[in-house]
Amino acid sequence: MDDFVTVIFLTFAATLRVATPLILCAMGGLFSERSGIIDVGLEGKMLMAAFFAAATSAVTGSAWLGVAAGIAAAEVMALLHGFACITHRGNQVVSGVAINILAAGLTVVLGTAWFARGGQTPSLEDSGQRLLPIFFPNAGDNILVYVALAAVPLTWWIIERTRFGLRLRAVGEMPLAVDAAGISVAWLRYRAVLLCGFFAGLAGAYLSIAQNASFVRDMTAGQGFIALAAVIFGKWRPFSAFGACLLFGLLDAVAIRLQGVRVPGIGEVPVQLIQALPYLLTMFLLAGFIGRAVAPKAIGVPYEKEH
Amino acid sequence: MRVPRRPLPVWADIALLPLVNIALAFITVGIIVRVIGVDPFHALRLLVVGAVGSSESIGYTLYYTTNFIFTGLAVAVAFHGGLFNIGGEGQAYIGGLGCGLAMLAFDRYLPAPILIPVGIIAAALFGAAWAAVPAWLQAWRGSHIVITTIMFNFVAAALMVYLMVNVLIAPGSMTPQSRNFTAAAKIPAMHDVLAAVGIHVAPSALNLSIVLAIACCVGVWIFLWHTSWGYALRTMGHNPDAAIYAGTNLKTMTMLGMCLSGALAGFVGVNELMGVHQRIVLDFPAGYGFAGIAVALMGRSHPLGIVLAALLFGALQQGGAELAFDIPTITREMVVVIQGLVILFSGALVHLPRPWLQVLLSKRVS
Repeated sequence: MDDFVTVIFLTFAATLRVATPLILCAMGGLFSERSGIIDVGLEGKMLMAAFFAAATSAVTGSAWLGVAAGIAAAEVMALLHGFACITHRGNQVVSGVAINILAAGLTVVLGTAWFARGGQTPSLEDSGQRLLPIFFPNAGDNILVYVALAAVPLTWWIIERTRFGLRLRAVGEMPLAVDAAGISVAWLRYRAVLLCGFFAGLAGAYLSIAQNASFVRDMTAGQGFIALAAVIFGKWRPFSAFGACLLFGLLDAVAIRLQGVRVPGIGEVPVQLIQALPYLLTMFLLAGFIGRAVAPKAIGVPYEKEH
Repeated sequence: MRVPRRPLPVWADIALLPLVNIALAFITVGIIVRVIGVDPFHALRLLVVGAVGSSESIGYTLYYTTNFIFTGLAVAVAFHGGLFNIGGEGQAYIGGLGCGLAMLAFDRYLPAPILIPVGIIAAALFGAAWAAVPAWLQAWRGSHIVITTIMFNFVAAALMVYLMVNVLIAPGSMTPQSRNFTAAAKIPAMHDVLAAVGIHVAPSALNLSIVLAIACCVGVWIFLWHTSWGYALRTMGHNPDAAIYAGTNLKTMTMLGMCLSGALAGFVGVNELMGVHQRIVLDFPAGYGFAGIAVALMGRSHPLGIVLAALLFGALQQGGAELAFDIPTITREMVVVIQGLVILFSGALVHLPRPWLQVLLSKRVS
């Protein structure tokens, strides 16, 4: 019986550990998407944040400076996205793709130039350089896990219960109405994009200085896209997106456990199938086979102020 | 109160603006190179020599160019229909799977003149099929093609890993790759072809796939501007309502545009597997699918522009590798940075320099 409880606890902990960056990233993506700005660049922001967090922590010896640097790096990318999409009304998907590719290249280029380890940052061995578990040493429950859990109700409250949130939703549905009410569409969207950068920055920092002890090239490995899938799967609502993140995290935790194990009656389940499930499920949802996912109406449409 | 924008003259719009955009991207690259402590002009010289300094490097440049032409055309064809295909990476991967499977199935029975067209057709069919699913989902179920093509890249990668590790791996092999194709499956290398007519160049990976790439450019040009289907596709891209009014079936056109796009991306598999590797390997698309977006944006989605942009990217890819070899602080990923910046400046920030040019040019006019 004790064994069973332990397995459940460890699987739960593993799920939460994997889901944390997804949750943080998804909450960021939610702010951006609800304001009408598509964010394909979550992956790139997270990657930049992971690199700068680990690099700063390795050089200064402070995990907190690392977190700050991670957030700053993601915010720079977010501002770039905002500058292209809001100020210059560029294509939001193109801008997001550019940010992803730029981040994939830049992190390796800078990492190699600064640390000469083939794109890796020096491993963080000091306890002060990493965010360590708080209550359960073998569960990996560092501070960012709790931040992620708190971020969900906070996001819900901001979007559903505050004046800012109301305007944010309005600007994602009908920017013309917001503009007519005398509120700046651009400033609202910039704030949404900055919030997105903040959360993506936390997610990146989590990857390199909490979950792992260094930055490795391409360490996000599609998690930004899984977070984006979770936002869509959660129908652009905080708690549903949180549920999707937990589901995707659970799938990942189960995939690791099922590696090479024969399930009675089914045989060996290919790990790759479980890894592809988040994408497949999201596609099924988008195709309207499981409920209906309706995006914010003005999403992806640059707002042109009339003169 | 803003002064209404005066439109740029046509020549500035199609020639000057893209050049300014590229220049901005390269100035940014120069700054990054300076930041990591390397003289940008020295790096540029090494890069140019590395890309076109010898017949071997020119061969490799053109070999990379071939891939960029395929993925650039793929993105461009979809663009003309108002469809944003980010799935080139997955379509190239599955296209390669298609031609690889055809080779494994027939290479012992068919002679090269039949086998090679079979491989090309298989690559096109598999690439098109992989693009057809997101196209169908968009046309009939209303799910957004950008999201579904992204998702399908990951599904393709997972599928290929599964197939290579569990099904297609050569018996006794430690690395996940299939058995070697027979010699009949090899697309002739350019240095062999040239040697046969008495021209001797250094061996490189360049093969006759580049002829296929040029043929695709001509084919796409004819299709888009000289057939009624191409016209319907472009109408859909410019104004879907007008297309409906003109009697175009948008669902069919979405399928057609995406399948063509997927087939073109699938040809990367021909160049890589039948031209070079001679077996199915993992990760051969290596970012060409994404780089195709940069190529299409830079080439203004016109076949001629795409050839020029693909040549630039091919030279960067080859020169970048040489540069990384000469200067250890610079890695090959510098090329990825350049691709990202080109997408940023020629795509998302395409209108950034427009007001500057308007000020400059209107002064001269008045």
